[in-house]
Amino acid sequence: MIAAHLPALQVVIPLIAAPVCLLLHHSGLVWGFAPLVSWSTLGIAAALLDQVLASGTISYAMGNWAAPWGIEYRIDVLNGFVLLIVAGIGAVVMPFARTSVRREIPADRISLFYTAYLLCLAGLLGITITGDAFNLFVFLEISSLSSYILISLGKDRRALTAAYRYLVMGTIGATFILIGVGLLYMMTGTLNMADLANRIPPVADTRTVRAAFAFLTVGTGLKLALFPLHLWLPNAYAYAPSVVTAFLAATATKVAVYILLRFFFTVFGATMIFESLPFGEILMALAVLGILAASSVAIIQNDVKRLLAYSSVAQIGYMVLGISFASVTGLTAGIVHLFNHAMTKGGLFLVMGCLVFRAGSARISDLEGIGKQMPWTMAAFVVGGLSLIGIPLTVGFISKWYLILAAIEQGWWPVAAVVLIGSLLAVIYIWRVIEVAYFRPWPRDRAPVAEAPLDMLIPTWTLIGLTIYFGLHTSLTVGVASQAAESLLGATP
Amino acid sequence: MTHHHVLRVIAKLMIPFILLFALYVQFHGDFGPGGGFQAGVIFGAGIILYALIYGVETASRVLPPRIVRAGVALGILLYAGVGLAGLLLGGNFLEYGVLASDPTRGQHVGITLIEFGVGTTVAAVMITIFFAFAGRRTQS
Repeated sequence: MIAAHLPALQVVIPLIAAPVCLLLHHSGLVWGFAPLVSWSTLGIAAALLDQVLASGTISYAMGNWAAPWGIEYRIDVLNGFVLLIVAGIGAVVMPFARTSVRREIPADRISLFYTAYLLCLAGLLGITITGDAFNLFVFLEISSLSSYILISLGKDRRALTAAYRYLVMGTIGATFILIGVGLLYMMTGTLNMADLANRIPPVADTRTVRAAFAFLTVGTGLKLALFPLHLWLPNAYAYAPSVVTAFLAATATKVAVYILLRFFFTVFGATMIFESLPFGEILMALAVLGILAASSVAIIQNDVKRLLAYSSVAQIGYMVLGISFASVTGLTAGIVHLFNHAMTKGGLFLVMGCLVFRAGSARISDLEGIGKQMPWTMAAFVVGGLSLIGIPLTVGFISKWYLILAAIEQGWWPVAAVVLIGSLLAVIYIWRVIEVAYFRPWPRDRAPVAEAPLDMLIPTWTLIGLTIYFGLHTSLTVGVASQAAESLLGATP
Repeated sequence: MTHHHVLRVIAKLMIPFILLFALYVQFHGDFGPGGGFQAGVIFGAGIILYALIYGVETASRVLPPRIVRAGVALGILLYAGVGLAGLLLGGNFLEYGVLASDPTRGQHVGITLIEFGVGTTVAAVMITIFFAFAGRRTQS
C-alpha cells in the first residue's frame, strides 16, 4: 500500500520534517532527525527509480483529483534519475553537516539551519517530481527562499550581500518562469505538462507561445546560472556555509537543468525549439562561451571556493552544450553530466569544508603545504580535480567522451575542440591548487593542523569514491541517461 | 504611547472585534469570501496593532515568541497531518473524501482543518516577522 504513495511521501516527508525541526529546537535532537529524513528520502527515490525502470512512468494524483485538473506527480526515467541525484546528495551531505555546521553557524541558529535545509530539499524534490507547471513554480519558490536563508547563514558578512544578490536574480528568474507559465495557460487553458504538450502544437506558431518560451528560458537560465546570467553564483557559493555550498552546487543547478529539459523537450517539444526556431545554435554559442569564459576566470581566482564556483558555471556549460545538440547522444551526455558533476563538485566542496574546518580559510595562499598536513583531504581534492578535468577512470571522462561523440556525430569539430580546451583550462586551475598544497612547504610560524575528523572525511570520500566507481561502471548512469534521452526525443526505446 | 488616550481606548475597543472578524473570515471561508490566508493576516494585524499601541514587550507577554514560533510549525503540521490522515484512511495524499463516512462531509472537514492550519501559520509568521523587526536593537 505504501509503495503506491511513494511519490507523495518523497516530498511530504522532508516537508513535514522541516516544521518538526523547528519544534524540536534542540540541536542534538535535530541533528539526529535530519539525516534520518534525508536517508529515507534517498530510499524512496531509489525505490521510485527502480519502479520506473521496471514498469514505466508512474502517475500520482494529489488528493485524487484526476490529472489535467488536479496536480499530478509524474515520474519517468529522467526525473526518477534527478530525484536520485538530489536525494543522494542530501543523504551524503547530512552526516557531514553536524561537525561543520557547529563550527560555522551560531548555536541558536542550528535548528533553523536544518529547517531551511529540509525545506530546500523538499522544494528541489518537488520541482523534480511534479507534472504540473504551476506546482513547479511553487516548489521553485520553496527551494529558492530556503536557499537564500541557507546562503545568508555563512560566517563571512559578505554572505548577506551574496544571498541578497541571489535573491534579486532568483526572484526575477522565478517571476519570468511564472509569466511563461501564465502565458501558456492563457493559450491552452491547462497547467498539466503532459496536457500542455498536446495542446501547444496547434498554437505553437503564435507570438504568445514564443514569448512564453522566451520567458521560461531566461527564467530558468537565471536559476541554472547559464553563462551571461551566472553573476549571482560565484559569491553565493563562496560565502555560504561549506555544507550549503556542497549541497546547492550538487543539486540546485542540476534541478534547474532538469526544468530546462522538461520544458524544452516535454512541454514545447524539440521540433518547435530546434527546428522552427534556431535555438540550438544560440544555446550552443552560450554554452561554448560559458565554458571558455568561466574556466578562464576560474584560473585567476585566489579563493578556492570561488574557483570551484566558476568551474561550476563552466560545467553547466557542458550540460547545456549536450542539450543544444538535441540528439540522443548529446542529451545522454548532458544528463550523465548532471549526475557526474553532482558527485564531483559535491565531493570537491566537501573537501573545501574539511579545509575550512581545519585551516580556517579557503584562500590559495593559506593552503601552502596543506597536502602533508591533511593527506586524506587533499587526496580527495586531487581525485575530484582529475574528474573535473576528465581523466579516464573518473566520471568526468565519461561525460566528456559522450559530449565529444555527440559533437563529432553532427560534424561540429570546433565544438569538440572547445570541450578539450575546457579540460586544459581545468588542468591549469586545479594544478594551481595542487602545486600550492603539495610543493610548497608548510609555513614555519604556523601551528600544524590535524586531518579532518572522520565524520567529515567519510562523506567526502563517499562522493569522491563514487566519481571513480561510476567512472568504471557506467551501465547505471549512462544506461539510465540514454533511456531518458530517448524518451525525451520521442524515440521508442 | 501612554499619552495617546484616544488611540489606546479605540484600540482596546477594536482589537476584540478584529480578532473575532478574523475567526469569522476563517470559519466562514468555505461559504463566503475568505479563508485561512486572509484570516491569518487579519488576526496577525490585530496582534500587531496591540503591539504598536501597548509596546512590543507587553505584546510578547501576551503571546510569547516561543509560542508564536510553535504556531508557525503547528499550522503546517496540521495541514500535512490532514494530508497524511487521508493517506492512512486509504485515499491519496490530501484526499478529503475519505475523512468522514460521507465524502461530501469529508471534503468539508478536510478543507476546514486545512484552512485552519493555513490561518495559524500565516498569523504566526506575520507576528514573528513583526517581532523580529520591532525587537531589533540598533547595533553600533
